Amino acid sequence: MLEWLKQPWPWYIAGPLIGLMVPLLLIIGNKSFGVSSSLRHICAVCIPANIPFFRYNWRNEIWNLFFVAGIIAGGLIAASWLSGPASVVIHSKLAEELAGYGVTNIRDQVPEDLFNWQSLLTIKGFILIVIGGFLVGFGTRYAGGCTSGHAIMGLSTLQWPSLVATISFMAGGFIVANLLLPVILKL
Amino acid sequence: MSTKETIPVKKHREFLTENADFEVRSLDAVCINESELRHPWWYNFKYAIAGIVFGILLTKSEVISWFRIQEMFRLQSFHMYGVIGSAIVTGMISVWLIKKYRIRSIYNEPIVFVNKKMNKGNIYGGLLFGFGWALTGACPGPLFAQIGTGATVIIISLLSAIAGTWVYGYFREKLPH
Repeated sequence: MLEWLKQPWPWYIAGPLIGLMVPLLLIIGNKSFGVSSSLRHICAVCIPANIPFFRYNWRNEIWNLFFVAGIIAGGLIAASWLSGPASVVIHSKLAEELAGYGVTNIRDQVPEDLFNWQSLLTIKGFILIVIGGFLVGFGTRYAGGCTSGHAIMGLSTLQWPSLVATISFMAGGFIVANLLLPVILKL
Repeated sequence: MSTKETIPVKKHREFLTENADFEVRSLDAVCINESELRHPWWYNFKYAIAGIVFGILLTKSEVISWFRIQEMFRLQSFHMYGVIGSAIVTGMISVWLIKKYRIRSIYNEPIVFVNKKMNKGNIYGGLLFGFGWALTGACPGPLFAQIGTGATVIIISLLSAIAGTWVYGYFREKLPH
């Protein structure tokens, strides 16, 4: 059993279980599934700076911060006790393309060759880690949600704005991954 | 408020649509607290447990893998489409059942869904998030999970995402919505 759990979980097991987060959070306390709002609550708690967008009673939303703290712990538990020796199997074309940019270590889910403390000081690393993170925070809030809040929670409740947002997420990703990322990885 | 007391659906809907604080947040789509009930802070630990389950699922299904995200955007693998697609279908069926059988929360509060308003931010913000998603290989949930797996430099990505959210809040009035 434990050996099986240590393998990567197939999509048809993990996907439906992720989907069950929606009714779970609704039933245990009438909460809407979502992650990116936690970033706003952190701003509201730490650096509200009298900006109207961050002036609200964040104490009502603190459940979301417990939720994301749990996600960190979940990552720790999965990596410490549920990880197998198998390295990530990736598509041969992707492996070939990445090898051309010197990315050969595919052992970890976060590629060690690109995301490390030393690379932070290079242009490539700065774009991937700092600019990428900034766009995730700015974009999700501008869009009003992320993959959890819009794609999963929003589409589950049949919200048109969530469909528009989800299509936009994918369009943005396709553009950067195929057109811009090859240029950035060559830097 | 006693948990035994029945909260009428109509009153709860009014709370969600007319509550001033909710209006401030209405552009903000989801990820919010839609409960009227106030509980002691330690009630929140159950959301931490839900988060742990979610974090394990994200990590074990390799949703937090930068490589899986690149495969998705290059149409080289079905995996991510399978995860997100089956999650949406499961969520849809669950929400349909909650509506059909008027299922209430464990505190006997009605579960009511409020429609979101469309705005240009769904497109502009969505595209910008898509750009970031392809670079970092992570949406907000996976950013937290990646830190948990020991990729400490992702703390910088997370701080940067918090900064991005703050800058959006600062310029919000000037941005097209």
